[in-house]
Order: sequence, then C-alpha cells, then structure tokens
Amino acid sequence: MSRISHVFEQLQQHGRRALIPFITSGDPDLATTLDLMHAMAQAGADLIELGVPFSDPMADGPTIQRSSERALAQGVGLRDVLAVVAEFRRKDGQTPVVLMGYLNPVERMGYDAFARAARQAGVDGVLTVDCPPEEAGPLTDALYAHAIDPIFLLSPTTPESRFPVVARLARGFIYYVSLKGVTGAATLDVADVRNRIHAMRGRVGLPIGVGFGIRDAQSAQAVARFADAVVVGSRIVQAIEEAPRGEAVDRVAALIREIRSAIDAGVGAQA
Amino acid sequence: MRRYDLPDERGHFGPYGGRFVAETLVQALDDLRNQYQRYAQDPEFQAELAHELKHYVGRPSPIYHAKRWSEHLGGAQIYLKREDLNHTGAHKINNTVGQALLARRMGKRRVIAETGAGQHGVASATVAARYGLECVVYMGAEDIKRQAPNVYRMKLLGASVVAVDSGSKTLKDAMNEAMRDWVTHVETTFYIIGTAAGPHPYPMMVRDFQAVIGQEARTQMIELAGRQPDVLIACVGGGSNAIGLFSPYLEDEAVRLIGVEAGGLGLESGKHAAPLSAGVPGVLHGNRTYLMQDDNGQIQETHSISAGLDYPGVGPEHSWLKDSGRATYVAVTDAEALQAFHDLCRLEGIIPALESSHALAYAVKLAPTLDKEQILLVNLSGRGDKDIPTVAGLSGLAL
Repeated sequence: MSRISHVFEQLQQHGRRALIPFITSGDPDLATTLDLMHAMAQAGADLIELGVPFSDPMADGPTIQRSSERALAQGVGLRDVLAVVAEFRRKDGQTPVVLMGYLNPVERMGYDAFARAARQAGVDGVLTVDCPPEEAGPLTDALYAHAIDPIFLLSPTTPESRFPVVARLARGFIYYVSLKGVTGAATLDVADVRNRIHAMRGRVGLPIGVGFGIRDAQSAQAVARFADAVVVGSRIVQAIEEAPRGEAVDRVAALIREIRSAIDAGVGAQA
Repeated sequence: MRRYDLPDERGHFGPYGGRFVAETLVQALDDLRNQYQRYAQDPEFQAELAHELKHYVGRPSPIYHAKRWSEHLGGAQIYLKREDLNHTGAHKINNTVGQALLARRMGKRRVIAETGAGQHGVASATVAARYGLECVVYMGAEDIKRQAPNVYRMKLLGASVVAVDSGSKTLKDAMNEAMRDWVTHVETTFYIIGTAAGPHPYPMMVRDFQAVIGQEARTQMIELAGRQPDVLIACVGGGSNAIGLFSPYLEDEAVRLIGVEAGGLGLESGKHAAPLSAGVPGVLHGNRTYLMQDDNGQIQETHSISAGLDYPGVGPEHSWLKDSGRATYVAVTDAEALQAFHDLCRLEGIIPALESSHALAYAVKLAPTLDKEQILLVNLSGRGDKDIPTVAGLSGLAL
C-alpha cells in the first residue's frame, strides 16, 4: 500500500480528515522550504503538496504565480525540488509528499527518468494540472512502474460520465477543484461542493480532497464535514509572502495549527 | 499522393497537438469541438461566413506579381498574396469572423482574446463590435507600451484591454491570463484564440478558417500565371497565416512549403523566437509542440523586432510538418526583415508588416538562386502601418 493510501486509511479509522497544505518549492528559498515541510508536518499536516515552480502557471491565481516567480528568480527547477524531498525524507519517513505542477518540466526530464528520480527522492504522488487523463497514459505508466500515485483533478464542470475515465487512472486520492477558476480565487460555495462530492462517492473509489478557494479555518472546517481531505494553498503561500524575513516558518505553523483544530472540532461536533 | 487528414479525433498531429489543459476546461473544449464540427458541415453557417468574408472583410484578397522587386532580385518571379488589404489590415480577421459566428451560435455573449502586436486583438474587437458581443483583450504590459496605436484602436472599437503584468509581460503571459479568465467564466465566455495553436480543436479550427488564403491562391495562380507556384513562403510565429496558405497545398507535393521564423539577433545569440529552428518539443498552452525552453523545462523569453512573432511556441501542425519533412522552416534576423521591409516600400509601394517582412526576407535569399521561370508565392500577411513608429524609432526618429 502506498504511503498516501496508508495515511488515508489511518485517518479514516480514527474518523479524522486529512489536512494538505501546499507550498511552492524555493519560496522564499530552498532551505526555508525544507523547514516549512517539517514544521507543517509537526503542526498537523497529514500530507504535503509541494509546488514545482513553472514559468507559465496557467491554472494559478496571482498569489501562487508570484511565489513561482520568486522561486524561479533563484533558478529553482525540478531537480532541486526532488533534492528537497530527499532531504526531508532523512528525518520524516511518514508524511506523504505530492508534487504539484505543470507537465513541461516533467516532460523535459523524461517521464521515466523523472519517475525513477522522484521515487528515489521519496515522492509519493504527482499531480500535473495541465495533463488530463486523455493525455496522461504514458506518464501514468511511468509513475505506476515506480510506485508513485498519479493524482487527478475533478472539477465543477466535469460531467459525471467522465468520473470513471478519471478514476481509472487515479491513485491515492482525487483532488476536487471546488470552483471554476484559478487557485486562490473567490470563496467556494459549500453546499454546491457537498452535492458534487456526494455524486462522486462510490463512483471514484478513492478518498476525495477539496481545494481551490479554501481561504481560512472556517471554510476548511465546513468542507471537512463531508470531504476526506482539505487542501489549503494560496492562504499559506500568502502567509509566507507577508512574513518578515525569518518568520515564515512560525507563521505557517501557527496557521496550520489553527486550521487543524478547526477541522478536528468540526468533524468531532458532527460525530 | 499522400493523403492528409490530420489531426486525429483527439487533436493529435503525430506526437504534437492534443489537449493539455486543466480538468475544468475539458468539457468546454469538447463542446467547442462538437459545435465546430457541426457548423463546419452546415451550409447555412458556411454561407454566412462566405458572405461576411466577401462583404465585410473584402475577400478575395488579390495576388500581385511584384515585377520590379523580382527583377531587382534577378531570379524567380515573386507573387504576393495580399492579406494586408483585408479589413483591419491582416489575415487575423479571417479567423475572428469565423470564431465570432460560432460564438454567437453557441449562445456566448462575451468573447476574450490574447494579443501580442495587437492585430488579433483589433480583429477580435472588430468582430465583437460587428456582432454585438462584449470583448476583453489581454495584452502584455510590455506590448501595450510597444503597440500604443493598436491599444487605442481596440478601445475605439469598444473592447476592454487588460494589461498583463506577470512573467515576461508579453504574448505568452497574455495567453496565460486569457486561459485564467476562460477557466473562471467558461460557461458564458468564448475564447477566440488568434493563432493555430492551443488545445484541440483550436489548431484545426483556426487552420480551417485561415485556409481561405490557400484556397483562393490555388484559383488565382491559375488565372494569373497558368500554374501553381513552385514555392510558398510565409512567416511563422504561432503560424496561422502560414498554415492557412499551406493547408490547401499539403497534398500537392510538387509545391515546396517554407515557413520563416523570427531569428531575432541571430540563432547563435539565443535572442530569437524560432522554436522550430532552435527549440525542443514540450507542452505549453494546451498543446505539445516545439518550444523555446531551458534544461529545467521553463519557457524562455523570446526576442523579435516583430511583436507578432515574439512567442516561444508554434502551432502543433507546423511541428508535425517539420518532422515529416513536408515543410521546411528557416529563420531570418531582425536586420534582414527590416531590409526587406524597406525594399518593398521603395520598390513596390507596399508597406508590409514586420511579421510578413520575415517571409519577404527569405524570398530575398531564395529568389536569386532560382531561374526566372520559377514562381514564389509569399504571404503578405499584414500591412505595416502599425509598425511605422517602431521602424522610425530604429532610424532614430521619434514620431
């Protein structure tokens, strides 16, 4: 069983939900990225999504675009991201790490070379936002061969007839994009998201995480009542951007703790 | 004769093309493909399109035998396909009329577009005015500075022009921002992509709308010269004017096809916009194609004297035509393009766009190597009025 599936199984046994924070590798620098990963895991993150900076982040809003630009200004590339994961694994063998980014850096490295190196570094899942299932066959083959879970998106515009198409290739968990738009856009419509998650249950056979538009502890709590995982990205990246030099790690840890307890309280109250 | 029937059902030209977009856009692209395929077969739609192209755009555009220039170069006869004489001054409007008619039939009241030099933005704003659609044009902040007259032109036509401040602040970033708008307003908005690139069905659809250029040329060359040309030459940024000219000639293997990329300061300088000449395949803006990128797969900034060619990718069909050997791709420098610009002004009384001047510059190289019976047909894809401030600036003049 993959590290991702194992974590979801454990959480489910305890009636808990996964908290998945996203940060961009190399923002503000690679050393801080490593510290942030450890701090987030300690503060209650169950899985870590690590953004691979890309020059043309079409699916991202301004906050994550800027973080990508900050990382690229230091020349951070896919190989550096893998090196950070390998470093993280020296101390943390439990917290799954999912790389999130765009296809071209992976394509440039070569699918097989990438999958091999990612496995060696200790990466557990890979989400390439601009590679839908119809184009993903060669990539997923390479990832399966190296026991890495390909993560796929479902969106508010995905017709139900496509659920099986996505589910057939997906492993680990399904990432439901909670709104039509880019990362960090408007606040999501909780009732709408709940209905969609309901429709997916039983048709995808994997845990379902919800992301895009979760701005604070309150919306995380609301979503956690019906989703298996809550992904928080832009809000954390914004905290890193706004933090005075040297304070990013503490601020992010505090934010994770706040969201963690809101999620747990919400789910606990429900039970 | 080889049959030519690409792309396949999923938009692939061999390994190129396809549909590399976030999940949110997949359904919208399916709808667009289905609607396009339906209207491509619909006589009423085709009749309306033909009517608009004739009475609004001014088609057919003439072909002109540039005799003085041909004599000056001392070799092959050069003919020019005069897309510069279209309404709005370039080939871009062939495609925007088609897409706007489609948008209307799909019930979309809002259109968005990206633009580099502003020609596609102007063509989009024009058809939005003509058909009563709301229009938002995304344009890199750098390009807005370089192309002030076109920005004002779009505003006169009632469009909103949004400055894009991210990345390199040029065409590729404008396209990123247009994609972000589309993903946010996908149910109400039609994205008019200006070149034969992007996710399927755009490369196919834009090619089909631009193929009127080559279709007319096939008839006109028989009338004018009694035969088809030996060589077709067109500039290639995204490559819509080139594919429009080439497409009806693909199965006619006696006709050589040459695409001319922006060589900027020279391929060896790294400062150019010539992915087919000096790039490697990758994935950007919804398709797999040749790209200018570094070893980390980051897209590189490009350089060209011509804002319309200043783009790190190229339409996927050109990538396929290159690999298959059916077309050849070359690059000319800024300086060579500029020289051809001046030559055409002085010898033929035609001010060409800097984009089209790249195609002209390659004709300058090729014509003298061929005998006087040979025929080159160059796509004069746009007129140069928009470039006058740039050219004057290079001569040290401020207008």
